[in-house]
Amino acid sequence: MVGIVSYGAYIPRFRIDTGEIARVWGEDPNRAKKSLLVESKAVAGPDEDACTMAVEASRYAIRRWGGDPADIDVIYVGSESHPYAVKPTASILADALGASPHVMAVDLEFACKAGTAGLISAMAMVKSGMARFGLAVGSDTAQGAPGDALEYTAASGAAAFIVGSQGVIARLNGFHSVTTDTPDFWRRAGRPYPRHGGRFTGQPAYFKHILMAARGLMEKMGTGPEDYDFAIFHQPNTKFPLSAGKRLGFPKEKILPGIVVNKIGNTYAASMLMGLARVLDKAEPGQRILAVSFGSGAGSDAFDFTVTENIEAIRVDGVPTVDELIERGRFVDYAIYAKYRGKILMGDEE
Amino acid sequence: MVVPRHWREREHRYRLVATKCKICGRIYFPPRSVCPNCGRKSIGNMEKLQLSGNGTVYTYTIVHSGMNAFKLQKPYILAIIELEEGPRVTGQIVDAEPNEVYIGMPVRMVFRRIRQEGASGIIHYGYKFAPR
Repeated sequence: MVGIVSYGAYIPRFRIDTGEIARVWGEDPNRAKKSLLVESKAVAGPDEDACTMAVEASRYAIRRWGGDPADIDVIYVGSESHPYAVKPTASILADALGASPHVMAVDLEFACKAGTAGLISAMAMVKSGMARFGLAVGSDTAQGAPGDALEYTAASGAAAFIVGSQGVIARLNGFHSVTTDTPDFWRRAGRPYPRHGGRFTGQPAYFKHILMAARGLMEKMGTGPEDYDFAIFHQPNTKFPLSAGKRLGFPKEKILPGIVVNKIGNTYAASMLMGLARVLDKAEPGQRILAVSFGSGAGSDAFDFTVTENIEAIRVDGVPTVDELIERGRFVDYAIYAKYRGKILMGDEE
Repeated sequence: MVVPRHWREREHRYRLVATKCKICGRIYFPPRSVCPNCGRKSIGNMEKLQLSGNGTVYTYTIVHSGMNAFKLQKPYILAIIELEEGPRVTGQIVDAEPNEVYIGMPVRMVFRRIRQEGASGIIHYGYKFAPR
């Protein structure tokens, strides 16, 4: 049996209200709240990046697990905001966790689905017997160009999953992935901000791939929406996952437990994984989960998990739940947000 | 800081790995290769010790005029943390406001960026502390 053996999430402390972003750009302060159903987003501090957040989320996962980091044989870090263009985040993470040096560690990039690509790859390594335990992390300090529609939701956060074949808390029942060349969102090398196709990011990109992956998986498994207790979808905003779920036949009640975007925004590579972490915070043994990521460019990874009785054992003190991380937010204004996220043109460093 | 020095110190900067003298039991952080108490007898008798990262604020100050590398964070809290295992270590306190810190405050180690060698240089990661 292969599956998730532990998980950890990290959400930086700072938040900005989407109304505050609208105020600066002369737009309706309720625009993001009403149309995207996003109230606020998480903002990383000036001394945080995709690497520091990956370390924090992974350390929480290791604490829940209680195992030896040296038993982790493979590490994947998915992000579109790796702090170095060349020099792996994964090697820093491996050393910071004490998993180094006997470990295969590498960075992945596939817009918002690099984290789930790491998750299935780590599971494949464990299932084939090439790794005892694997660690897959999705971590991003996502940036939207100032004034762009993306700025309302592009947020920061990380989610880490330890996978293995012993002490499994969520068994992998099946997997299905889809990939096509769809230029809905991109960032060219050396450019600070991404560009996107506006409405083109919806139907031919997000919905097409999410629905195709979910249907492909359910067809493979011989299941339908009624077989799952929770459905988690990549969440660039609150509207999209609710709409995708509805089209697949999932009632709102099965989707809402996995929604985090309304309070913390779109954490990109961590987005679906953060929803999965929130569901695992409350899931009961025997409950079945459908989880589907989406990465622009474009593709989706769909997972079918069943929660096991081991879930109780990893609910330990000292590791915050996703809701606890969401609640600790401290709101800042646009000026502080701009300072923290490097949107102010500074003088030369001394 | 030159690249090799940062690289050499990464184990204690990333993970709070101390050394313990097997003769007198004293714990050193930053790690020492010789125990000042036992002198030459300690050579070859210093073992690595993974610290828990938990501690309390021993004392602190609020820095209003600091190094340029910390410009974005000022005013920031610089503290001496007494770690559970005994050693005291200087570090920044994050995720807390200057008016929230107090002597005796329980803290835990967190992993953050300390500074970078310009926009094209290496990034120095290391420990800071956050409220527990």
